[in-house]
Amino acid sequence: MGGYEPVLLSNVGLEGSRTLAVYCARGGYQAARRAVTSMSPQQVVDLVKASDLRGRGGAGFRVGVKWGLLPPGREITYLCVNFDESEPGTFNNRYLVDHDPHQLLEGIVIAAHATQARTAYVYLRAEFCETFHVLQRAVDEAYAAGLLGKGLFGTSMSLDCHIHRGAGAYVCGEETGLIESLEGKRGWPRIKPPYPAASGAFGRPTVVNNVESLCCVVHIVARGSGWFRSLGPPGSSGPKLYTVSGPVNRPGCYEAPLGLSVRELVFGDAYARGMIGNRKVKGVIPGGLSVGILSADELDCRLDFDDPQRYGLLGLGTAGAIVINEDTDMRDVLVNVARFYARESCGQCTQCREQTDWLHKIARRIAAGAGRIEDLDLMESLTRTMGMMEGQSICGLPDGANYAIRTLVSKYRAEFERHIQAQRPGSVEETLSGNNRSVYRLPVLAQEAANRKW
Amino acid sequence: MAWQAIDRSRPAVPEGAPPVLSEAVKEKIRAFFDRYPTRQAALLPALRIAQEAAGCVSLEVMKEVAELLGLAPSQVMDTASFYTHFWPHARGRKVIVLCRSLSCELMGGRAVADAVRRELGIDEHETTPDGQYSFMTEECLGACEHGPCMLINERLHSRVSAQQVPAILQDPDNDRLDIAPSSLYDPPDDRGRTDQASAGGTENR
Repeated sequence: MGGYEPVLLSNVGLEGSRTLAVYCARGGYQAARRAVTSMSPQQVVDLVKASDLRGRGGAGFRVGVKWGLLPPGREITYLCVNFDESEPGTFNNRYLVDHDPHQLLEGIVIAAHATQARTAYVYLRAEFCETFHVLQRAVDEAYAAGLLGKGLFGTSMSLDCHIHRGAGAYVCGEETGLIESLEGKRGWPRIKPPYPAASGAFGRPTVVNNVESLCCVVHIVARGSGWFRSLGPPGSSGPKLYTVSGPVNRPGCYEAPLGLSVRELVFGDAYARGMIGNRKVKGVIPGGLSVGILSADELDCRLDFDDPQRYGLLGLGTAGAIVINEDTDMRDVLVNVARFYARESCGQCTQCREQTDWLHKIARRIAAGAGRIEDLDLMESLTRTMGMMEGQSICGLPDGANYAIRTLVSKYRAEFERHIQAQRPGSVEETLSGNNRSVYRLPVLAQEAANRKW
Repeated sequence: MAWQAIDRSRPAVPEGAPPVLSEAVKEKIRAFFDRYPTRQAALLPALRIAQEAAGCVSLEVMKEVAELLGLAPSQVMDTASFYTHFWPHARGRKVIVLCRSLSCELMGGRAVADAVRRELGIDEHETTPDGQYSFMTEECLGACEHGPCMLINERLHSRVSAQQVPAILQDPDNDRLDIAPSSLYDPPDDRGRTDQASAGGTENR
């Protein structure tokens, strides 16, 4: 892989990589042993801080800083592992755990030591059935080998690790939604503050970390923070798992230091190896659905924590790329994307619940051949009136919808306009006289649209 | 979980009806209690186990789970109604969950969905008259590199084409996992579940 030796995926493809025996034979649990027996919790926190590890789940919050926010003198701390990987196009955590579950467990042991948590919950999404059995087997093995339970590595440390299976809700990937779901409630994100570090699961200080972040911690302890910082551009250190899906020759999960360009990811020999049938790329959604889309001439975007913003995207996201080829009708993409947020909005905040639904309706009528040019402006204006960034919502889900839809509409506007202009004359009026008249009665129309006669 | 109408002219749970959840199922649920500091936190695992055993999360099931966990039935319904994986009405023995997310759609997911509908003669959230299959779609199964993909119970079928659908549906082992499943969630009495599900399935149609 271009001179880069994979670290996180180093065990993938080995015979029996899921078993404790193979993991230990490859030096597994040595980092955890070192951390638990010879480092104080504060030393581990400082080491991870020094590595500048940023969370791999999408928001990019610094892991060491997050651990440092826990209040001193606390009695009980919970560690939650966010394995609710529901962002479309993202499957790096599943891939990691399917092949190497003990790497996650070792990361959990180190993180629990650093945060002094004695109970860890792995929140696993409901759809990952086989992954559950793989991970549960690894947990059982680790308990039997004394790597979980009481008296880890001959010290007084005890750690219980439970897998908590979700039941199908995208919003549970948000850390406070996850905590609510863990507590047996509907997965409605909480208003922050208080942040989970102060009051999280069961009202106790809680740390929520992504699977890949915890796996990175293992290698930071094993190889040092200097090694970690030597990979990737400044501000985006370390290795990252990239996933590619869609009509490419070799969809899959690949590891490289942060800062890989989208072009390399899609066309590189070590990665997806180009498009099926040499079709042209029409666009790439590079970081999971929520970050937005790159058009075909923006493929030089580097996937790190800073570069995507220069292309109008939300950020790195999860680095799960969905590639779209030239045969795709962008109206279908728009409907699919809009439907995702309309379906997965948890319904707690009015703006998100209503507007994601309207975006879906508008997208559908454009796809059905009854769109109007001003619908495109309307969609754009809707994406500027909801979300955490606009101060209208509790969690970031509508921000994801905003970026996904706004970038689609603005970057492919010419194509949408072409479709709308090619519509049969009278198709809009026909839709209006039909029974879905209400579709055109939008509550948030701009003034000029409200004055228009229908 | 879809909207459900409650018939108030009759009691939701018939008086003196035998409990839906057997003692063995309840024991399975109780095993989750000491994992969490509160009883309510065991609700998601409890509902999953109860659904496996009873075929669905009916009002009776909600009531019994509430009793077991020391919650109000409304709390259980509040949570159960939020998640897509809990069925308020009987499911088939096998539930097909097809991914309709963007990656899968780009690879031909819609054709697969049409093939499933055609093959089984049912639409989403419906069950075949013989109680064998229920069908639903979901936003993302997290297996995007394998698109289009679908789950049959716990087994993931990847890179499914519309042509393969009939053969997959006819395979009696299409829900068998390659890995030995953990016993944590398995229904203690598999036969009981099958009978329940099939009886409910026909009644539902």
